[in-house]
Amino acid sequence: METTVAQMQIIPLQYYILFCSALFSIGVIGVLAKRNALVIFMSVELMLNSANLLLAAFSAYRNDPAGQIFVFFIMVVAAAEVAIGLALLVVVYRSTKTIDINALNRLKW
Amino acid sequence: MELISILLLVLPLIGFLTVGLFQKQMNRNLSGILASTFIFINLILAAVLFNFVSSSNQTVETQLFDWIKFGDISIPMALTVDRLSALMLLIVNGVGLLIHIYSIGYMKEDEGVNRFFAYMNLFVFFMLILVLSSNYLMLFIGWEGVGLCSYLLIGFWFKDHANNDAAKKAFIMNRIGDLGFLLGIFLLYSTFKTLSISEIAAKASLMPAGDLTLTAITLCLFIGAMGKSAQIPLFTWLPDAMAGPTPVSALIHAATMVTAGIYLIARSSVLFVLSPITMNFILIIGTATAIIGGIIAIYQNDIKKILAYSTVSQLGFMFMALGLGSFSGAMFHLTTHAFFKALLFLAAGSVIHALGNEQDIRKMGGLRKKIPFTFALFIIGTIAISGIPPFAGFFSKEMILSAAYERGMSMGILATAISLLTTIYMFRLIFVVFYKPESKEIKANHHVHESPRVMLYPMAILAVLSVIAGFVQMPKLFSETQGFDNFLSPIFAKASGLTAASRQVLNVQTEWLTLVIPISIIFILIFLSYKRFVNNKEFSVPTGIQSVFANKFYFDEIYDFCIVKPLAFISDFFRGMLDQTIINGFVNSVGNGTLFVGKKLRRLQSGNVGLYLILMVFSIIAILFFNIIL
Repeated sequence: METTVAQMQIIPLQYYILFCSALFSIGVIGVLAKRNALVIFMSVELMLNSANLLLAAFSAYRNDPAGQIFVFFIMVVAAAEVAIGLALLVVVYRSTKTIDINALNRLKW
Repeated sequence: MELISILLLVLPLIGFLTVGLFQKQMNRNLSGILASTFIFINLILAAVLFNFVSSSNQTVETQLFDWIKFGDISIPMALTVDRLSALMLLIVNGVGLLIHIYSIGYMKEDEGVNRFFAYMNLFVFFMLILVLSSNYLMLFIGWEGVGLCSYLLIGFWFKDHANNDAAKKAFIMNRIGDLGFLLGIFLLYSTFKTLSISEIAAKASLMPAGDLTLTAITLCLFIGAMGKSAQIPLFTWLPDAMAGPTPVSALIHAATMVTAGIYLIARSSVLFVLSPITMNFILIIGTATAIIGGIIAIYQNDIKKILAYSTVSQLGFMFMALGLGSFSGAMFHLTTHAFFKALLFLAAGSVIHALGNEQDIRKMGGLRKKIPFTFALFIIGTIAISGIPPFAGFFSKEMILSAAYERGMSMGILATAISLLTTIYMFRLIFVVFYKPESKEIKANHHVHESPRVMLYPMAILAVLSVIAGFVQMPKLFSETQGFDNFLSPIFAKASGLTAASRQVLNVQTEWLTLVIPISIIFILIFLSYKRFVNNKEFSVPTGIQSVFANKFYFDEIYDFCIVKPLAFISDFFRGMLDQTIINGFVNSVGNGTLFVGKKLRRLQSGNVGLYLILMVFSIIAILFFNIIL
């Protein structure tokens, strides 16, 4: 265990932070700028995974397993959310025959 | 005695409330009888008080209650009955009672007769507050109250807009004078720290003559009197006030309300005697008013307007007397004037009633034979007002004229000339209405009838009073009966003691001349007017200087141009600029601003999920950013 951790600590923490921020931003832009609902879901997953990675990195650098346990929680939530989200998307597709999110504008004044 | 003074005040108020609150239900005949009964009881009470005060020379003071009590300021409501008040009580209640009885007949066919009697009783109530009050503020309450009742009664037939305009004019011009009165009250309080009339008289008698504060106070009080008693320049409301019913003109604008100014000045005699500048000012204004009123009266063609301008002129004469320092002379003339002017107005009402509401004297003539009783009463009133002995007017005018002669020969001659003007316009009235050959309207009118007895009897009583009331005060030549002067001398003793007595005493021959010459001129004038007015077939339109006289010296037109039009312009300007543009604009802009902001903010709720997400992301970034920075 210690060798893996020691191996990991060769890469400085800043790289992990930067990398996860970049991933997160890509995810955000994907959510905001894409019209395809599936791509939006993928971007949300990307954001969640970037958080996961950051948590794991911090837990390695601080020798605290709590971070990695929290990653499990996040993965469970992400899985549940994907299940429901995809179910919603299937229902929407059945009524509007498209997965373009701009089709869902009936609540507009 | 205190109870009697309280009852005196309360009874007309009860009359007003009773008749006024039950106007719709009350029987028309009952209201007049009820109102007159209250005033009759008042008259008896006033006679009791008069008897008490004149025999014992005591003053009846009645404290009612503390009205304003506030730190140092303490103004109670209290009544004072001394000889001056008792005299005014008799005049107000006596003439008031006679006019109430007359109105029962005059207003019989009018549908608002209950309202009329309610207002008349209210007027008597306020006038009694004015007369009985013991401090200036309570007097002001009565002052304003009679102005209110004057407004209500002038505009009695309110469906005709001209009457409403006349009522507003009267009230507004009164108000202008009231501003002066209020300033006087403020100055009085700041100088003497009290508003009680007797206390102020006591404190003022210690001040030197010609003191500037006293001059300012008395000028302000006189401005109040100018508005109420129709002196120049605030007199134009009185002729317009003839739009009201004739009993109103008789009571309010001849006998009582217009005399309130004179009463005020007589009450404050101590203050006025110590301000010679104000006394001279009063003299000038009184003389000018008397002359102008008399000249205008000669050229008027409406019975009531002639009598109205005559009232203005006689009031000017009374103010002349005040300005000359003869306070009892002014009060004596006030008393006799109340009698014969009320008689003249009631007789004019009788003529109007007989002709079916015709008031233009050019349409009258030859009424001597048709309404002989009214003619007789009218003649008595005319002889009394012209100052022909032995009727009452002679004695009261003599008292004023002798005060004028004591001031100087020129003053005396001017005063005599003014009293001769009266002869001209009154006899013109008599000759045109009663002696001229009948006009075609009269010939066509078959319903010219004499007035009913309920109207004739009060006039007869007033006629008797106009004849005999003068004998209490004879000119010094004839006898020593100085009843009036002696009666009021305790009131004016303080004031007389303070005047510097530099009087010219005339020798006996000159005094006889000053008596005989005017009387002979009077008879010459009567003869000349007879020739001029009875035989003159048509009424020519006056030209030249006479057209200025006939147009009432253009007073109304000047006021309209100088005061009313600028005020209307300013008021329009304020309405357009301030009210519409600024205030309305401000309020409207608040509304418009809300709409504008709403329009912009509405775009946030686009229904577009992408927009919501963008806003959410940016907001979170901003929050985090600011948390890190701050």
